[in-house]
Amino acid sequence: MLAGAMSSRADIRIEPDTPENLEATTEEELLPLYKTMLSIRRLEEASAKAYSVGKIGGFLHLAIGQEAVCTGAVAALRPEDYITSTYREHGHIYARGVSARAILAEMWGKKTGVVKGLGGSMHMFSKEHNFLGGHGIVGGHVPIAVGAAFKAKYHGEKRVSAVFFGDGSATIGGFAEGLALAALWKLPVVFICENNQYSMGTPLYRTTAAPDITQRALAHDMDRDRFDGDDVIKVKRRIALAVERARETNRPTLIEVRTYRFRGHSMSDPGLYRTREEVAEWKKGDPLVRAKRRLIEELGVDEEKIKAIAAEVKDEIADAVRFADTSPASDSYLPYVIKE
Amino acid sequence: MPIISYREALNAALREEMQRDETVFLMGEEVGHYQGAYKVSQGLLEEFSERRVVDTPIAELGFSGVGVGAAMVGLRPVIEFMSFNFSLVAIDQIINHAAKMYQMSAGQFHIPMVFRGPSGPAVQVGAQHSQSFESYYCYVPGLKVVCPSTPADAKGLLKTAIRDDNPVVFMESELLYNSTGEVPEGEHLVPFGKAEIKRAGKEVTLIAWSKMVEVVLEAATELEALGIDAEVLDPRSLRPLDIDSMVESVKKTGRCVIVEVGWSMCGLGAEIAFQLQRECLDYLDAPVERVTSDDVPMPYAKNLEQEVMPQVKDIVAAVKHVLYLD
Ligand SMILES: Cc1ncc(C[n+]2csc(CCOP(=O)(O)OP(=O)(O)O)c2C)c(N)n1
Ligand SMILES: [Mg+2]
Repeated sequence: MLAGAMSSRADIRIEPDTPENLEATTEEELLPLYKTMLSIRRLEEASAKAYSVGKIGGFLHLAIGQEAVCTGAVAALRPEDYITSTYREHGHIYARGVSARAILAEMWGKKTGVVKGLGGSMHMFSKEHNFLGGHGIVGGHVPIAVGAAFKAKYHGEKRVSAVFFGDGSATIGGFAEGLALAALWKLPVVFICENNQYSMGTPLYRTTAAPDITQRALAHDMDRDRFDGDDVIKVKRRIALAVERARETNRPTLIEVRTYRFRGHSMSDPGLYRTREEVAEWKKGDPLVRAKRRLIEELGVDEEKIKAIAAEVKDEIADAVRFADTSPASDSYLPYVIKE
Repeated sequence: MPIISYREALNAALREEMQRDETVFLMGEEVGHYQGAYKVSQGLLEEFSERRVVDTPIAELGFSGVGVGAAMVGLRPVIEFMSFNFSLVAIDQIINHAAKMYQMSAGQFHIPMVFRGPSGPAVQVGAQHSQSFESYYCYVPGLKVVCPSTPADAKGLLKTAIRDDNPVVFMESELLYNSTGEVPEGEHLVPFGKAEIKRAGKEVTLIAWSKMVEVVLEAATELEALGIDAEVLDPRSLRPLDIDSMVESVKKTGRCVIVEVGWSMCGLGAEIAFQLQRECLDYLDAPVERVTSDDVPMPYAKNLEQEVMPQVKDIVAAVKHVLYLD
């Protein structure tokens, strides 16, 4: 464990991802996480393709490049813990256990979607998985996650509420107020900022004078942590510290995970505000490439085994696309109209 | 039946519902130790402890969102706004989150919560603390909007609101907190969507809610002295809106004046007038008339404040107008 991880006062720096900085792992642990990340990658690639031929409408925000964050974080949580996310939530809900079929069918606007075609890419929910959305208003969902933690404490349950948001949320009121209330009331929340360096086309240094997002925790005497998010095991370990702290002591933590989206903000964004070199540099830290390398080089996993997993994932996503293609259209919102 | 104040009636509703259901809690600024900015929550902290009577810092957006999240996972929050003027900084939670969650999640997440507090003009509190929000919230599918005008309705409607599985915007009138009336003890539930005839009459229908009911009743008495027999109708809940009772009344009287303390442009009265002309055009002997506040932010000076708000004389004049007596 890194010294800074538990401290609320220390000046937290990004630790270089040198081999000695890597958390030890096993094939049993890493292989399933690798598979989840690969499924998310393929699922999002399939949705990009579908978008380009008009099967998906509206906004579509992909998190390709960020898969280690949602995968590692969800692995650090228990099924009874709550998860709340943004519009860039496909990976989070998939890692939580919702099928690729239900996710893609939702984007296709089909009746078989996870919210029956009423939410779309940005608004996926699954009560069964304690997944509280899928929200489209930057920062608005942060206090909602705090509310779930409020309920956990109200009933004396040892349940944690994790909330994901972007670096662009660090400046909005919903985030600031959610953070303040969780700290004040000692609620079991893990705030996870997926700092992908940009809010749409605006780099972080042009949105905040204090680009270390975790500094916001200092204002509330809150624990904080900050690290690079391209190694899924590291993400899992570091977030697990905050999760356990929340579960055992009700203390919230603000975490900033540095990551990068390889594609534009949404499908309509060609990403002209960043250079090819910058993107190429970040792609060197591709979490999938890293995990695969660790599996083969460090853990001695047979490449054939990894190929077999890739084939399985390919089938899974192809099946989900077929399912979405052949599912009936969403037919009615009437059952979900609030009766007056 | 005991005679108590509107404030005490709200307090009784909160107390009884919190006794009945352990998942109900009250959250807002000064609701606990201070006993409520308007003393609506007097004594609740002592009875229910800090766990269920939760003082908040000044963070309406934050604590409204906490309410939405808590409601998603099974609690029944009552969120108090010290005044509905401050709901504006939380309106994203009310509209984008509370109102839409049920449909967006395909029925997976109900939001059984109440946003409540005083709304409408008070006395000389100036432009930022003196305005009406009915029309803002009535516009939104997914919200219910309630405006009690009497202590009995305050209690009965608040109990209904707390038991509702969906978000309710419950607007009290600061000017009515001290008003008194008979209020049934214990279980007293007033359903949403049921208007009440406050005064039966034959010649003109007057529609008003919240504090304006009082003003309209006074106008009706004055009209009686002029030989004009007015019927006064209080919809009590504005969404759902009991348009049927209004139609029935207007079919009988043939004339209608809608009185609201909000502004005219896009006001709820405009919607009511539209629905009335569609449902009973053939019965109307005059176009539906409206009395509203003047189209300005509320001035401070007492005389100007009076000038801006609907007065008895404005209502009398509007009635004379629809009777072609002016
Ligand atoms: C309150 C609000 N303002 C603006 C937008 C439009 N918008 C959607 S995403 C986005 C950028 C958010 O960036 P960030 O928080 O870093 O998350 P990321 O998209 O990078 O995951 C903007 C401006 C919005 N959805 N909500
Ligand atoms: Mg970002």
